[in-house]
Amino acid sequence: MDIWNRHFECMDRNGIRKVQSERLRETVERVYFNVPFYRNRMQEAGLGPENIHSIDDLSKLPFTTKHDLRDNYPFGLFAVPMSEIVRVHASSGTTGKPTVVGYTRSDIATWSEVMARTLTAAGANRNDFIQVAYGYGLFTGGLGLHYGGEKIGASVIPISGGNTVRQIQLMHDFGSTVLACTPSYALFLAEAIEESGIKREDLKLRVGVFGAEPWTENMRREIEEKLRIKAIDIYGLSEVIGPGVAGECLVQEGLHINEDHFFPEIIDPETLQVLPEGSIGELVFTTITKEGLPLIRYRTRDLTRLNFEKCKCGRTMVRMEKCLGRSDDMLIIRGVNLFPSQVESVLLEISEIKPHYLLIVERNNNLDSLELKVEVEEEFFQDKISELQSLREKIQNTIESAIGLGLKVTLVEPKTIERSEGKSKHVIDNRKF
Amino acid sequence: MITHQLSVFLENKSGRLTEVLEVLGEENIRITALSVADTAEFGILRLIVSDPEKAREFLKKKSFSVNLTEVISVIVPNEAKHYAKILRILSDLGISVEYTYAFSLGDKSIIILRCSNTEEAIKALKSHELELLRASDLYKI
Repeated sequence: MDIWNRHFECMDRNGIRKVQSERLRETVERVYFNVPFYRNRMQEAGLGPENIHSIDDLSKLPFTTKHDLRDNYPFGLFAVPMSEIVRVHASSGTTGKPTVVGYTRSDIATWSEVMARTLTAAGANRNDFIQVAYGYGLFTGGLGLHYGGEKIGASVIPISGGNTVRQIQLMHDFGSTVLACTPSYALFLAEAIEESGIKREDLKLRVGVFGAEPWTENMRREIEEKLRIKAIDIYGLSEVIGPGVAGECLVQEGLHINEDHFFPEIIDPETLQVLPEGSIGELVFTTITKEGLPLIRYRTRDLTRLNFEKCKCGRTMVRMEKCLGRSDDMLIIRGVNLFPSQVESVLLEISEIKPHYLLIVERNNNLDSLELKVEVEEEFFQDKISELQSLREKIQNTIESAIGLGLKVTLVEPKTIERSEGKSKHVIDNRKF
Repeated sequence: MITHQLSVFLENKSGRLTEVLEVLGEENIRITALSVADTAEFGILRLIVSDPEKAREFLKKKSFSVNLTEVISVIVPNEAKHYAKILRILSDLGISVEYTYAFSLGDKSIIILRCSNTEEAIKALKSHELELLRASDLYKI
């Protein structure tokens, strides 16, 4: 089994801790002196860089959330002048504004390094053809896999998402050996291949690296059976770097976190206390090598648990379990993050009164679909079919451009959406993974 | 000369229309005319009733989305050419008819019209000596 960077990936635990502490000290100084947001937070807590000696002191520092990124949109949390930022990416925010991240040249090199580790752990090397069917653009998936693939010297096919007919044609004609896309798209491709008439024996696919949305062991088995490949789980989020934060090795007993770059903690999402080793809780990351957008104790809202035992593959880097859910209401639909509050913001833009609404998520034929039901309050109701239809279209178009996802909008009668005491239930997710 | 027509938003589900009619029935509201404009997903139920304000209140209490729309009612002899004449008068003046429906009783027809400009339409039709019904007459039918 090949390991990209044995020095770090197989380092003894004490060695790792030393590296982490040193890098944490540097990072805390970097943010204290360059990011007003962090300096203020630390000063409010009576802390300075001199109070942070090692990772044992990390829990003294405040958390960072998606809201903080939104409040400092677009570049308020960057720790370097913009002239040193060579790349920006963006993903969904909780309301209208996207979450923006930035990279220096050195960050891009770090990203390529951790992606190289991920791909190598999945068994890929310079002799492979990697079909990158994650979206290229503001989303970090496409370019993340791309740079990782180039780093290990593989032949990268930057095909991006969609156009299934062409995906299959090139997979066949070019002889792709590695597939990188969302797990639901992998299933979709599997069926499309069956229907296309191209025989599986004529394809050279060997392994897939799948992430960007939650997927179960059942789905993994289905992908492995249908595509006859190994289906490897990869994990990342653009705030931390993108894909490459963690990835499974061929033993498939957890995802190795690149903890020399991204220090993980597990906290109780209610009390915010750090939980003992092995507990299930919310995953929090502190980036200890990033320069452009270093983040201290960033709350991912993903729930999982950590395993510090040495893996059978020889790597010592801590493993996380496949994500067990979220501690907030974020949805992932066709690989895209969606917060119900984004939909609310749009509805409020369209009218002053916020109508009652319900989001329904289904999965048919491995593709997620989204329906939005909106109650026609009296204030919206006009006695003209064309007016109601254009209201519906307006809601649909505005939301589609705000969230980047197609959806169906249905107008419903008032009081037909269930009211609840306390926290309103805005989402019904009928997908069974 | 203005009639207040009730319009109710209905989802395209079975039983919705029935429930509206049951509510009106319970409150002894009489229905003079009714039409449903539909699309695949929803419909608008339009009613001329004996007491539009009360009917609206009853339906609102049952959580229906209800509006009152101004429409015009014209009474003519029961012959198609009279209907055509009304529409010709309005179109010559550039007044568009958003929707219309009609019913006949014996040798008379009553035509309900929703126009882009209710005031202008009333003036135009009166100037051609057409008989417009008062709301109170219409509700008595």
